This record gives sequence, structure tokens and C-alpha cells, in this order.
Amino acid sequence: MSPILFYLFAALTLVFAVAVVANRNPVASALCLVVSFLGLASLFVGLDAYFIAVIQVLVYAGAVMVLFLFIIMLLNIGAEERRKINLPAYVGGGLVAVGFIAQLWFVLQKFDAGKTAFPPLAQSNVDDVRNVGNALFSTFNLPFQVIGALILVATIGVIVLSKRELK
Amino acid sequence: MTLTLNHYLFVSGLLFAIGFAGVMLRRNIIIIFMCLELMLNAANLSLVAFSRFNLVNGLPNYNAQVLVFFIITVAAAEVAVGLAIIVALYRARQTTHVEDINSLKF
Repeated sequence: MSPILFYLFAALTLVFAVAVVANRNPVASALCLVVSFLGLASLFVGLDAYFIAVIQVLVYAGAVMVLFLFIIMLLNIGAEERRKINLPAYVGGGLVAVGFIAQLWFVLQKFDAGKTAFPPLAQSNVDDVRNVGNALFSTFNLPFQVIGALILVATIGVIVLSKRELK
Repeated sequence: MTLTLNHYLFVSGLLFAIGFAGVMLRRNIIIIFMCLELMLNAANLSLVAFSRFNLVNGLPNYNAQVLVFFIITVAAAEVAVGLAIIVALYRARQTTHVEDINSLKF
């Protein structure tokens, strides 16, 4: 991936992630989150992870965001009214976030292995979906089945939770 | 000027910090939920970057990509259950503001 494209997509992801936090209107936040996920999917394409990029667009930018928008509109939540700001939460959250970024910066300065360029792939066009599928259905077959059971349990849980009265 | 692993790790860390700040600063439970998704995605980005960096026989390390696949699946299930809980909560309390939901607060 050329550096210009990397900076473009990284900026897209980060700016719209900030917009998610800064927007008062939940619908605008959700739409900003879609753009942020699309930028992230482009970064995955730049890392030769085509399958993950497609899954990212289908699952996150598609299914999850539709679910979010659906719930926001179902509950009819408008823009948040301004309230007295909770100062300890603002100061604490800001301090931890800034401290985390500063610490990451200093750690990455010392991390010499990460300063080399990405090694080139053996062949230019990777058979990505096939390789992921091979790993998924051979090495990680049991976790894959467990994930299936997890989704079934989640589905049943959602149905039970959204019944009008719990018995 | 070439791209290195550190570039991707720093972007991933920034995304995580933004998500964390959102969880701490925002009071709307749905926005808090979106910021949790941002943090999960930051972890995914660093996993994929490491997978591309540590080649196995000239191919990306697919174990990391399978882990990302599992994270995305679990996150989708988590969103479904979490939003169902938010709907049930809204039915009981008519609010999505976390400061109005304080029955368990000491």
C-alpha cells in the first residue's frame, strides 16, 4: 500500500471515530461509525487481508450498523440535551487516553523490530479466502463449532430478552 | 518513506484511545456501545498488521486472521444481545442515559 493511501485511510478512520464520540445526535454518530469501519476495511485491504476486509464491510458496516440504526429509530432517541458535565469522568477519561497514547509512542520508539518495512509476499496475488478457510476448517475446527453454538445461544437470548414479560 | 509495522500499531492505539475516551465521556448507552465496537476494531487492526508482518512461507500468518474472524463473530453476537438489553431497559425506564439508571449505585 502506498504511504499516501495509508495516511488517507488512517485519517478517515480516526477523524470519523472522533466524530462518533463528538456528535450529540445518535443517528449521526452511527453514520460516522460506518465511515470509520469502511476506512478500517481499506486498511485491511492494504495489509493483503482481503477476506477480513470483506467480512468487516458485510458484518460491521452492514449488519451491525443496521441493527444500531434500527434500535435508535425504534426507541426514537433525539439529540441529547446538554446536562451538567461530569468533571471527574472528563478529566479521568482524558488523562487515561492521553497517557495511553504517550506511553504507546515511547514504547514504539524503542521497538526496533517494528521499524523495518513489511517483507514482500512470496507471490503477488494471495489465495486469501482459501487459506483462511483451510485454517478455519482444519486447525480451528472446534472453535468454529463453538462459535456456532454461541450464535445460537445469542439468538435465543435475544428472543427471550425481547419478550414483553419475563416468566 | 516506507510504511512500517509501527505506523499501523500507532493508528490502532489511537483508535483504541478514542474508543476508550468515548466510553468514559459519553453518557448515552448506545454511544458507549458504539465506542466498545471501536475498541474491538482497534485490536483487530493490530492483529492483522502483525499477521502481515510475520510471514509464514511467504504468506501472511493466517492464525491471526482466524482470530480476527472469531472476534468479529463474537462482537456481532454481543451487539445483538446488548441492543436487546438496551430495548428491555428502555421499556422499563424510558431512558438511555446512564446517569438515570442508578439503582445499583452505592
